[in-house]
Amino acid sequence: MQIFHNPNYDFLRWRWHALILSWIIIAAGIGVIATRGLALGVEFSGGTIVILEFDTTPTIDQIRSALDAQKVGGGGQNIVVQRYGSETARQVMVRLPHSGEEQGTSLTRTADEVVKAVKDANLGGFKQVGSQVVGPVVGRELTQKGLWATIFSLLGLLVYIGFRFRLSFGVGAVVATFHDLLVTLAFLAFFRYDMSLNVIAALLTVTGYSTNDTIVIFDRVRENLRGMRRDAIGDVVNASVNQTLGRTVITAGTVLMSVIALYLFGGEVLKGFAFTMIVGTITGTYSSVFIAAAIVTFWRGKNAPRVPAAAAADVAPKKKNGKRDRA
Amino acid sequence: MKNLRMRVLTSLVVLAAAAWFFYPLYPYPFEGVRLKLGLDLKGGVHLVLRVNTDDALRLDTETTMEQLREAVDGKGISGAVLSVVTPTQFKVEGVPQSQDGAFREAANEVQASFNRESGVAGTYTFSMKPNIIVQLREDAVTQARQTIERRVNELGVAEPVIAQTGANNDQIIVELPGISDVARAEEIIRSTALLELKMVEDGPGGTKENLLQSRNGAIPNNMEVVPGAADSSQRGDRAETVFYLIRKVAVVTGRDLRNAKPTIDENGRPAVSFSLNQDGAKKFGKATGENIGRRLAIILDGRVQSAPVIEGRISDEGRISGGSFTQQEVQDLSLVLRSGALPASLTYLEKNTVGPTLGADSIRSGIIASAVGLILIVVFMLVYYKLSGVNAVVALGFNLAILLGLMAYIGATMTLPGIAGFVLTMGIGVDSNVLIFERIKEELAAQRGVRQALDAGFSRVFLTLLDTHIASLISAAFLFQFGTGPIRGFATTLSIGLLSNLFTSTFVSKTIFELVLSGRKVQTLSI
Repeated sequence: MQIFHNPNYDFLRWRWHALILSWIIIAAGIGVIATRGLALGVEFSGGTIVILEFDTTPTIDQIRSALDAQKVGGGGQNIVVQRYGSETARQVMVRLPHSGEEQGTSLTRTADEVVKAVKDANLGGFKQVGSQVVGPVVGRELTQKGLWATIFSLLGLLVYIGFRFRLSFGVGAVVATFHDLLVTLAFLAFFRYDMSLNVIAALLTVTGYSTNDTIVIFDRVRENLRGMRRDAIGDVVNASVNQTLGRTVITAGTVLMSVIALYLFGGEVLKGFAFTMIVGTITGTYSSVFIAAAIVTFWRGKNAPRVPAAAAADVAPKKKNGKRDRA
Repeated sequence: MKNLRMRVLTSLVVLAAAAWFFYPLYPYPFEGVRLKLGLDLKGGVHLVLRVNTDDALRLDTETTMEQLREAVDGKGISGAVLSVVTPTQFKVEGVPQSQDGAFREAANEVQASFNRESGVAGTYTFSMKPNIIVQLREDAVTQARQTIERRVNELGVAEPVIAQTGANNDQIIVELPGISDVARAEEIIRSTALLELKMVEDGPGGTKENLLQSRNGAIPNNMEVVPGAADSSQRGDRAETVFYLIRKVAVVTGRDLRNAKPTIDENGRPAVSFSLNQDGAKKFGKATGENIGRRLAIILDGRVQSAPVIEGRISDEGRISGGSFTQQEVQDLSLVLRSGALPASLTYLEKNTVGPTLGADSIRSGIIASAVGLILIVVFMLVYYKLSGVNAVVALGFNLAILLGLMAYIGATMTLPGIAGFVLTMGIGVDSNVLIFERIKEELAAQRGVRQALDAGFSRVFLTLLDTHIASLISAAFLFQFGTGPIRGFATTLSIGLLSNLFTSTFVSKTIFELVLSGRKVQTLSI
């Protein structure tokens, strides 16, 4: 069975379209983040999360009014109340922002207030099954560490791929990966996912995984550079992308299967992680095909004409054959 | 042929070892699955505390200043006013010109860890030396960690985690699996438990003003006013606060404690009895012997618990009673006194509680997600690669078994994100097979024989696989650096999965092909 039979698409011709599409998505993402801000998980923003499990789940509004009645956490719009986990779990999550003097001795006070308010409202039997309280200092440190981890991991990839292939390949791979991070962030902003630790973990995983397809394509480019000595670099890259297209799509597909399973059945905590991986896997494949390859072509085409013009004209008609030999 | 037998044997031995590590059948009775579960899966509490190291610095600065005060008084220097400016700085004002030499002498005797700067009109500023500051901060955090360790051990929590962390290395992570009374654990960890025994100069008085009436409202330099609860004999129904005028220099502190245990006082109410070590007993005996008939204040965390009258020389025993303790409180107080005082106060930065039901839910959904992911991938591989797909599925089975076995063997912790890493390993794992199989297809299409195609497929893709795996490992390594508990679990799972995948997709998968094809003349390959 085969997904593509001898594909022969001119991917490089579409590189400008791809670039524009990417920029639109990234710009829209930046726009959303600039206006609405990136939704931060409690690990980063600080605050309190309480998870309650009821004997019979009350409505969200009932819980809200119970909290409002006692002005828990100052009351108001900043409190998030939502169902947690599956329908049968009968769990509800309450999230409150940081209320200033919470840090220190009374760090858990808000959590206790939530439990008290719900108890006083007589909403039936319930118990507190989990809670998370994060002070404001932790988030700042974490943001910094997360940024450094991403930067170092990109640098590490640049060095490794530059060393194993050529510098131009390393740059191509890292730019493509950076692009994937931006696009994934944009989608996280569109769909209002909280930036949690798990999401950061997924982003860093995307960093590593999205280079996989790129490496496979580059490997083929390197191999073809030897076999197709007389062809223009653009043709070599195009041929390489086409030859590896089947496996590029299938490998992304199998990863998608696993992360979609995770998204659908992995539970509430891993939703953000799985979503990030889904977007990252798709954009990782897309960028390997359209961005990484285009950068290598651009860089190498500019810096080093492969063969003298006369020779190139001489062998031009044979180009197609060269490609078919390999397929 | 012999070569093939070795390869089969190697594969099976690795598989068997992995299975054994994961589920040892010895010793009997079987303990079941031997895989450490993270806090987020088995339930418990995760705390992050910051040690306020400024406290320790301020204490050292104050102590040094008090020592200097005594030396200055001893030399009969009058008119010098000493005050603490910042946690690492104190100043002296108004040293008379004529006694400047004597003051310098006194200062030289007392402080070695401070830099002295002289200003105008007999003013001196003492600043703690930078290397001493660093040292004191480090000591404070280390001491706090050790104290917390002792307290947690006394609480009897199984497999606690206590580690230093944070950008300045001044934070402490405490993980207590399976604990039910979180509030109590928090209180025990956090209480400073600074015990001081000091001589009472005057009091108790109902208000500060009453207390200081005979001294015209001024507190003498070497004394301080400390609040405390009124003795039950003096108070009515409600707890009243009274004040004592107390000598600043402590007779003994919690450092001189040998033991502390719950007891009852003369009225049969819960109290804590303590005994002192040799050093402390000597100091205590001398002080009590010289001050018979006066009051001794027992001060806990800056509050007088009781101030009994010394009736005779006491050497090494004492009791903390105030009449307001509950049984639980004296138990906890004994515990924290035994484990020593914290050198500085602690601030809770983060607290994460996972109930056991929530953990069980996570495990269940993790298993369901794994099963669904596995089924999807297995079906796809079988449909797309037919009999070769079976090969890939067997290799995947090896991969996951080795992953779990290795994790159990090195004692890595499986967390909820770790489960995500497990599921991801399936998806990324078969990628290697896909790359190899696609290459084999290519080689077959180029009119090579089955055997040559197989060999070329595996050997040509190997370096590519090495590159992709190393690239993924690079980002996993930085992820491990970045994360704490659960995220590290993910990075570990993913990394081990990648390593074992390199083995199963190249070695095991090739071995299976050779085993099936050995001794047969094959014209076609089901791929």
